[in-house]
Amino acid sequence: MSHTVLFYIFSTLAVLGAVMVVSHKNPVSSAISLVLTLFSTAVLFVLLHAHFIAAIQILIYAGAIMVLFLFTVMFLNIRDSELRFDSMNIPKRMTFLFLFTVVVGFFASKFFSSSPVVFPKLEDPENFGTVAEVGRSLFSDYLLAFELTSVLVVIAMVGVLVIAKGKES
Amino acid sequence: MEIAVTHYVVLACVLFAIGVYGIITRKNILIVLMCLELMLNSCNLLFVVFSRLYEGSTGHVFVLMSVTVAAAEVAVGLAFVVSIYRQKESLDIDLLKMLRG
Repeated sequence: MSHTVLFYIFSTLAVLGAVMVVSHKNPVSSAISLVLTLFSTAVLFVLLHAHFIAAIQILIYAGAIMVLFLFTVMFLNIRDSELRFDSMNIPKRMTFLFLFTVVVGFFASKFFSSSPVVFPKLEDPENFGTVAEVGRSLFSDYLLAFELTSVLVVIAMVGVLVIAKGKES
Repeated sequence: MEIAVTHYVVLACVLFAIGVYGIITRKNILIVLMCLELMLNSCNLLFVVFSRLYEGSTGHVFVLMSVTVAAAEVAVGLAFVVSIYRQKESLDIDLLKMLRG
């Protein structure tokens, strides 16, 4: 029962945050709204027994990536008018979003009317989604992918330095 | 009513749709990047949902990879934002026509 209540609360918050990301003029406000969405998704991950992924979500997404966004905005030292140039008439866009959601909801209700796929009971609820369990999978079956990820991150780091440094100096 | 897989799938669809909508309509390059994050995040949610449904760790590993790639992608994207802002003095994506033939 608490699962249902928590799901509805946090899915509403996630959708609300997403709509605010799209509709805010100021990128800083959008970033803060995105944190709301990411945090709500992390709570949904906990509901799905993915504790490790929830922690990663908050640490990397809501922490590091959002700080990177905000840092870039501060770093560019943009005038406020230039930051908010993307002025839009929110009512019109909200109408579009509303229609979008209604269409999706219509198909959703079609889904619900047929027999829903419920989550089966976990065979091993103590261990599912823990660091040990995910780590075992990561370092045995997906070891090559994991190592290649480190190469990707190094390449991205070098690329960022080259791109952001520019031609001068 | 018990929360079924469909609830989560619909939520992920809605989040993805909002992200697509933002990418199509917004002109601010920073917000476009954020909407991209939104879409990636909804896909991560689906991975976790189906990992829970079939009770395996594969989906969790995929989410881990996707988060890493997203972090790298955001870093490169923001480096582009910095260099574009230096050249054009603006964050408007409509000004980016250098590749037009």
